[in-house]
Amino acid sequence: MPTDVEKWKSEVYGNEIREHLFRFAEEGYETIPDDERDAWFERFKWWGLYHQRNGQEGYFMMRIGTPNGRLEPGQLRVVGEIADEYARGPGTNPIFGDAYADYTTRQAIQLHWIELSDVPAIFEKLESNGLSTQQACGDSWRNIVGNPVAGKDGQEVIDAWPVIRELNETFKGDDDHSNLPRKWKVSVTGSADGSGQGDINDLAFEPAYKEVEGEDVVGFNVRVGGGLARNEPRFARDIDVWVAPERVPDVAGGISALFRDNGDREDRYNARVKFLVDEWGPEKFRETLQEEYVDFELHTAGRDVREEYTYNTGEGERNDLVGVHEQKDGTNFVGLNVLTGRMGVDDVLELADLAEEYGSGEVRLSQRQNVIVTDVPDADLEDFLAEDLLEHYSPDPSPFMRGSIACTGTEFCSLSIVETKNRQVRFARWLKENVDLPEDVEEFHIHLSGCTASCAQPQIADVSLRGMKTRKDGEAVEALDVGLGGGLGAEPQFARWVTQRVPVDEVPGAIANLIERFAAEREDGESFRAFVDRHDDEELDAFVEPEETDYEDPMMHNTKMTWYPYAEDDSMDAAPPTPADD
Amino acid sequence: MTAVRDGVLRCVRPDVTTRLRILDDGAWLSVDDTRRVSVSELWRLESADFCECDLADLVVENLLETGVEGRTVQVRAYGQCIACGAKSTTGWVPVGRVVDGEFVDIDREGVLTSTSDR
Ligand code: HEM
Ligand code: SF4
Ligand SMILES: [Zn+2]
Repeated sequence: MPTDVEKWKSEVYGNEIREHLFRFAEEGYETIPDDERDAWFERFKWWGLYHQRNGQEGYFMMRIGTPNGRLEPGQLRVVGEIADEYARGPGTNPIFGDAYADYTTRQAIQLHWIELSDVPAIFEKLESNGLSTQQACGDSWRNIVGNPVAGKDGQEVIDAWPVIRELNETFKGDDDHSNLPRKWKVSVTGSADGSGQGDINDLAFEPAYKEVEGEDVVGFNVRVGGGLARNEPRFARDIDVWVAPERVPDVAGGISALFRDNGDREDRYNARVKFLVDEWGPEKFRETLQEEYVDFELHTAGRDVREEYTYNTGEGERNDLVGVHEQKDGTNFVGLNVLTGRMGVDDVLELADLAEEYGSGEVRLSQRQNVIVTDVPDADLEDFLAEDLLEHYSPDPSPFMRGSIACTGTEFCSLSIVETKNRQVRFARWLKENVDLPEDVEEFHIHLSGCTASCAQPQIADVSLRGMKTRKDGEAVEALDVGLGGGLGAEPQFARWVTQRVPVDEVPGAIANLIERFAAEREDGESFRAFVDRHDDEELDAFVEPEETDYEDPMMHNTKMTWYPYAEDDSMDAAPPTPADD
Repeated sequence: MTAVRDGVLRCVRPDVTTRLRILDDGAWLSVDDTRRVSVSELWRLESADFCECDLADLVVENLLETGVEGRTVQVRAYGQCIACGAKSTTGWVPVGRVVDGEFVDIDREGVLTSTSDR
């Protein structure tokens, strides 16, 4: 039996949702028929609107898809202005204020507290500035990710931006690919640093050389079926295909169509392409692609550059794009650390100004929730780095600030088990004050996800934290499972979950103790990931040692049972009414 | 996790239709297009086979399936007992009742009893 979601999708889905969305926006939220709410909220996702959780009825998260994390000159200001005007709700975040933008782990932007009645005005402003929310959520081609400094990066093998732009233009709004069995996450990387994180996407194009008619040509190897969600993480699998840049849309379209036709529409939990690859194996996947979905002979895989990957690998250079880096054209890109990816609206607007003043006005977003200002000439670098804003969004932050990633969590998300972003800010600040890493260790990644959906990509961090609960002195409190030693690179590895259910107020102490053991027992120059690698789970569990410290956690209670965790009266009964239409 | 259904319609009685669905990857139970039960609830669960505890202390991580027995709305859930650490799937757990076409919560802070059939 097909699911209701599939039934709704077969009735109305894709582009046509827009006219309904606008009608409801005009006629009022209340005009969504009572017995069609589930259906419409499911469909609205396709246009980037996700109903916020229980207690926040009638408010939406809005996701803006910025392909490859690329914001053209002026676009960040537009985002800031929209956040300022429309992303204010009944709740104030004690750290980030009333209005803010979230830079996400898939190089997109999220705003919260959006009201349906404002959607047409927001869309108009976005679209007249070349931005869009189309397919930002829902069962279709999501925001395409890659190395955000494509085209500028001194380290790149091939500029992937023209490929990404073409894929985006082809598959956004294409009716043949608008209704897939599940979300479809694509990564295209042209640099040798691995910063596109292809391994954790449904479909990955990674730089590779192939000898074609006697000549070495640069193109892409293809991998399929990565993803972190549920307790079923997978790395994308090599299907032994190399493709020339101009053929990428054909191959990507073929694979997307293969998924459309063969993915499991009976069971959404089994629908992601990772499960199809499990079932078929890479050989059958390739055969089917060749026989039914492309009309030219596929090349076998070329020579990749995976050995050179550094991004999120837990050792070596360039684990992220923070700091000053030289561009091909002799100017610089400057990666600024945004703790947990959230930036207050005044700062967003100021950053837009600075990007214009010192660079070309462009801003880019990385998969580590950071921002990058590009095209800064050497002569202006010093002044730029001296700007006040950069004290807070540093190009040279503490490893604990730099390594922090957190998802949305109980503040807005239905799936969540615990509070995340603000907690990660508190953790990072405490660790910065209280813990020293060995001198030669400059990066330490801690990723916090509120549930197993893994939006913060916890499984590929040095320390992975995932929402749980436990009892402490008889009281139910928020807790975190702790995993260790994950990372990408030539040989990617998921973190091993070694310690379960640590009460949240004991987590900073646990990390401090772990780092102390690491510092004391590591071999000369050994990375944390390598250190974890040579210990078994039991030994690691013993290293974690949860402990109370002077860290205090104000959000120990069940924050999901509040209407908003930071409200003075946070009880569900105090939830605001659905916003009136105005 | 097995036998998961995301958004399959169930009817309580032929004459009064109550729409029951699990949505958003098992995040919540929708009854007549209203969110009623959410993941992250903590249930004291009496169950012969969820775990070794007499009373499981269960964090609900995913709602898997919903159905009705008479007028009782029930779900099967995936989660973890925080007393013993067992991760498993429950039998049918009653979460509410349909009274005069309206959903009324069963007190889920009290002890809940699940059927043993999985
Ligand atoms: C209200 C906020 C959010 C909700 C309700 C949500 C929901 C989900 C769900 C249900 C999954 C797993 C389901 C699946 O297998 O497809 C998931 C996975 C994921 N989401 Fe989110 N998400 C939210 C925010 C975000 C944000 C802001 C990002 C970054 C753009 C993000 C990125 C991811 C990633 C990277 C994964 C896991 C990797 C994977 O399996 O592909 N999510 N999210
Ligand atoms: S990981 Fe879970 S809690 Fe965090 S945003 Fe994703 S779905 Fe929500
Ligand atoms: Zn138990």
